Amino acid sequence: MPADRPERAPRTAIRGGVGEALPHESAHLHVSGEALYTDDIPLPEGALHAAIGLSERAHARILELDLDDVRRAPGVVAVLTAADIPGENNHGPVVHDDPIFATDAVEYAGQSLFAVLATSVNAARRAARRARVEYDDLDLVPDAKTALARGAFVLPTRRLARGDAQAAIAAAPRRLSGALATGGQEHFYLEGQVAAALPGEDRTMQVWCSTQHPSEVQRLVAHCLGWTAKDVVVQCRRMGGGFGGKETQPALLACIAALGAVKTGRAVKLRLDRDDDFLVTGKRHPFELSYEVGFDDDGLIRGIRLTLASNCGRSVDLSDAVNGRALFHADNCYFLPAIEIVSHRCKTHQPSHTAFRGFGGPQGMMLIECVVDDIARTLGLDPLDVRRRNFYGVDERNLTPYGMTVEDNVIGRIVDGLVASADHAGRRQAAARFNAENSLLKRGLALTPVKFGISFTATHLNQAGALLHVYTDGSILLNHGGTEMGQGLHTKVAQVVAEELQVDIGRIRCTATDTSKVPNTSATAASASSDLNGKAAQAAARTLRERLAAFAAAKHGVPADAVQFRAGRVRAGEAADVSFEELVQDAYHARVPLSATGYYATPKIGYDPKTLTGRPFFYFCYGAAMSEVIVDTLTGESRLLRVDILHDVGASLNPAIDMGQLEGGFLQGVGWLTSEELRWDERGRLLTHAPSTYKIPAVSDWPTEFNVRLASWSRNREDTIYRSKAIGEPPLMLAMSVFHAIRDAIAAAAGGGVPRLDAPATPERILFAIDELRARNGRPAA
Amino acid sequence: MGAAGTIRFLLDGEIHSVADGAPTTTVLDWLRERPGRTGTKEGCAEGDCGACTVVLAELAGEGVRYRAVNACIRFLPTLDGKALFTVESLRSPAGSLHPAQRAMVECHGSQCGFCTPGFVMSLFALYRSDRRPDEAAIRHALSGNLCRCTGYRPILDAARRMYEYPHDDGAAGERELRERLDAIRVAQEKRLDGAGGRYVAPTSVAELAAALAERPAATILAGGTDVGLWVTKRHAVLPDIVYVGNVCELASVTRRDGFLDIGAAVSLTDAFAALLAEYPDLYEIARRFASPPICNAGTLCGNVANGSPIGDSMPALIALGARVLLRSAAGRRELPIEDLYLDYMKKDLRPGEFVQAVRVPQARAGLLLRSYKIGKRYDQDIAAVCGAFAIGLRDGRVASARVAFGGMAATPRRAPACEQALAGAAWTAAGVAPAIAALASDFAPITDLRATREYRAQVAGNLLRRLLAETSDGGTPASVWGHAG
Repeated sequence: MPADRPERAPRTAIRGGVGEALPHESAHLHVSGEALYTDDIPLPEGALHAAIGLSERAHARILELDLDDVRRAPGVVAVLTAADIPGENNHGPVVHDDPIFATDAVEYAGQSLFAVLATSVNAARRAARRARVEYDDLDLVPDAKTALARGAFVLPTRRLARGDAQAAIAAAPRRLSGALATGGQEHFYLEGQVAAALPGEDRTMQVWCSTQHPSEVQRLVAHCLGWTAKDVVVQCRRMGGGFGGKETQPALLACIAALGAVKTGRAVKLRLDRDDDFLVTGKRHPFELSYEVGFDDDGLIRGIRLTLASNCGRSVDLSDAVNGRALFHADNCYFLPAIEIVSHRCKTHQPSHTAFRGFGGPQGMMLIECVVDDIARTLGLDPLDVRRRNFYGVDERNLTPYGMTVEDNVIGRIVDGLVASADHAGRRQAAARFNAENSLLKRGLALTPVKFGISFTATHLNQAGALLHVYTDGSILLNHGGTEMGQGLHTKVAQVVAEELQVDIGRIRCTATDTSKVPNTSATAASASSDLNGKAAQAAARTLRERLAAFAAAKHGVPADAVQFRAGRVRAGEAADVSFEELVQDAYHARVPLSATGYYATPKIGYDPKTLTGRPFFYFCYGAAMSEVIVDTLTGESRLLRVDILHDVGASLNPAIDMGQLEGGFLQGVGWLTSEELRWDERGRLLTHAPSTYKIPAVSDWPTEFNVRLASWSRNREDTIYRSKAIGEPPLMLAMSVFHAIRDAIAAAAGGGVPRLDAPATPERILFAIDELRARNGRPAA
Repeated sequence: MGAAGTIRFLLDGEIHSVADGAPTTTVLDWLRERPGRTGTKEGCAEGDCGACTVVLAELAGEGVRYRAVNACIRFLPTLDGKALFTVESLRSPAGSLHPAQRAMVECHGSQCGFCTPGFVMSLFALYRSDRRPDEAAIRHALSGNLCRCTGYRPILDAARRMYEYPHDDGAAGERELRERLDAIRVAQEKRLDGAGGRYVAPTSVAELAAALAERPAATILAGGTDVGLWVTKRHAVLPDIVYVGNVCELASVTRRDGFLDIGAAVSLTDAFAALLAEYPDLYEIARRFASPPICNAGTLCGNVANGSPIGDSMPALIALGARVLLRSAAGRRELPIEDLYLDYMKKDLRPGEFVQAVRVPQARAGLLLRSYKIGKRYDQDIAAVCGAFAIGLRDGRVASARVAFGGMAATPRRAPACEQALAGAAWTAAGVAPAIAALASDFAPITDLRATREYRAQVAGNLLRRLLAETSDGGTPASVWGHAG
């Protein structure tokens, strides 16, 4: 494949075109404290602060809710309960099963019962604790295992089969079964959930909300008020992190703020403190995973049965789509000729688990990676060899279990490149030497691949809009349906517009996401926002460019295709060469419209949700990581020593931003699989609800040796925006290399065999996994 | 010029007085609500994420010392006599970015930007206090700041890059700053007594003792790294606070009678520096204890006086045979530190009595000393198990042994059965085996959110194995962090 990018215009003098490693558009505001987040927006005099009264029980009937003491507390102006909701008591995005305020029963500890409005944040929070609630405890379902045993589901079980898996397993030379649990994960966006509502004239409401999905917040706010979407404007300039946690969760806060604003006629702000944020909002779905596999003596998989049971929490939320994506990623990079996948969607008394970077994909992939690793360790083969042996082919063995042909497979090239650059063979030998010489510390090494499908699996969501204004001074205002949560979306989309109109990016301002500018937007999610909004903005820019070109062509008597935009100037053949702003002024005076919308719908995709087959994804992203860890066999502490990554983003729109997503996603995945442990007590209450007890990676967790690269040769074979690929989610799953490196070290410590290790691999789990494997190997514990 | 009794601090050259409002108003809330400086963020309100990091400057000898602290748990009156720097303070008068800010932009150190002001302030503190930090110093400086977006690599790059620009040592402004700090120097006891609660900040031990004699139920406040959370997390109302941070006599480390006396106002940063100079083997616990913003605010005596079963300084202090000097208006007394702890969060402290100093014996030759902290994360975590050992060997046998653990019981405690089994034992695997077994009679640990009882019990014994490995046969590497042995 050629290293250049033929679709892209040749390099020009504009600053900030596509492919340039520009800093984030807000970087100068971030570092100076000038970037405004929702909580920083000044509200009018008399604005109130809200706090939510939370259930202390995980599953109980509410016998009495006595709020007299709350009302009497200092600073309290009003109290809101379900009786104060003029419209629908719901903030559920898909199924209407999430009450804003619980009425008869509570189904998780932390569920919202009421809200209090007071003159200060602290007054509201203190008052909210003064409620007297009488409960009658009901049966607790604490986890997916219990739910399975009791048949408690939020949605029916789904099954996807190709061929006769049972027969293929039975006929295979070798068979193996196993199980694995993956833990939940708190998003831990640094900015907690927050929304503010300002009542306007004539039954209208302005809402500021830290949300990945302003349109949904708009709809749910309108419906809880008994209004319609036209009455509510939702705006989000930026979020202090989202990671999926602000896809559906913010609606509860926005609804409460809006209800309070209607009730009092004053502006109301609701910001959760960190502990409440942990308690109230959903997390990554914990999964119970198991498999039965038949394979041959070389480790080639003949048939496989996979069971994926997710802990969805108390309601549906996005669990159908999350579990769907888990199912669609249970193959990862591997061709599974005969397969049966069973997907259980368990109901538990936890917050409703929700979108989190990867959206079920990571859990599905964790299972198949354990399968291939277990096969390799059972056969005494190098896990990398077994992985490669089972990879999808390029022209054959390339049909996924859901019937989509993998047309863009580059995992072989990625892995070959990484094996060479990271010296897999040499490092394996070095680790073995180290392990022979060290009794207490053991090293482990693993290389794991990633293939991640891009598009919302709900096909209708794959659309986007943009709005572009050119002013008579040649400056440009850009708005699109995507939200900025740190991922650099606004930077990339502005680069697209700069490239299309051939102007410096300094001319362009990308404004806050606003439901009154671009309507009916999809969530900024599924890694697809640059793809979707980039294309929509491109369409808007092209509309404007074509109008301007037609105008210039007519004016100067040249064909439209002789008009060229290049580096801030516009040439009409040999007839004219004017600056962009001169052309714009001329066009204005000639009454050419200087505002345009753009729209994009992803082509080619579509699948049947009844059969779970078809083409859910426009294309796939690929990547691979090799990690090396060291494990302390006395305490189970582990440390990531080195990581090598080669990742495919197609032709990058902005390599600096993509690198940031790549490294950050990887480390977030490392947290999920190592240090981030959610612990619930026997009564179903979350014990780890602050950074003092819930440990996301800190600076020392970034390894001292790292070689992280984008695959410079890659370009998307599909017609995406400038042939780029998505970057948001796929890197998270590169962290599986760390988990498997830990397994490798455990095996080394125990003298071989198949480790039994659940995620997260905490020091405790690692220590006990070593002991357990040593016991199976007939060796004494340390 | 304000009255000498007014609580005053500097913000960007301007003097602010604290006269009204609750003494427990945090610096963070004040910044965001009063001057409307919203650059400083709340991420957790417990000093664990660093989004609220600000820098305090104070006079130190001939110069000015700059230190990062967490604004979210710092009470406003404790800024008395200091200068506060926030992220909004850093641009040059002409508006250009400070090297720490510029480096963060150029290295792509921000994504969502919410943690960024905190990182910038930690970098600024580093910039002002260390001209050539090595990799370890850089990581330590940033260990109290969480970023959920970047993976930290670009921020580490920025920490190096900021030194490559023309140096901005702030010297021009520093002379003026010294003069202004001198003008608001704390010279006498300060009091606030309003509707929001009472606050007394004595400047001498005698005043402190008197203040506590007068109000034995008052909350003693030092760094506020725990007391701050009572307010931000439990929403506790503290009607009566006595602040020890302005007592000059308590702000120093002195040598007396073979002991290092670490006063009640000595920060953990300074206390660990003194301890490390005496006992370099305490590196791991000093590094892993907490982040710089926490150690710059918190005090060693506060950690000891608080007496949490998971206070990570105590096992080492107990193993070293440290003592506590207790003081009240009635006089003073001294206890072995382990005797301070009676039961869970219950201490042998009489009404009106406070910990004046921790007295640590000076280094003795030939002592094998370690304090190991085991947790889920290297930076800024609370130990599941913290074990400390001070072993004297003679001819390959244990001549003296003091062993103490945190996280294994309701208080930080010695392990008497283990110590007894070690006495005279050969310093070999077989020799220490009975001491490891004896830990089962010393401790019955509990299961909680950090670890199970089984894990704690096993690791406690394994830490003795680790010590043996590190200190015999030329030293076997036994820590993944590479600084042991």
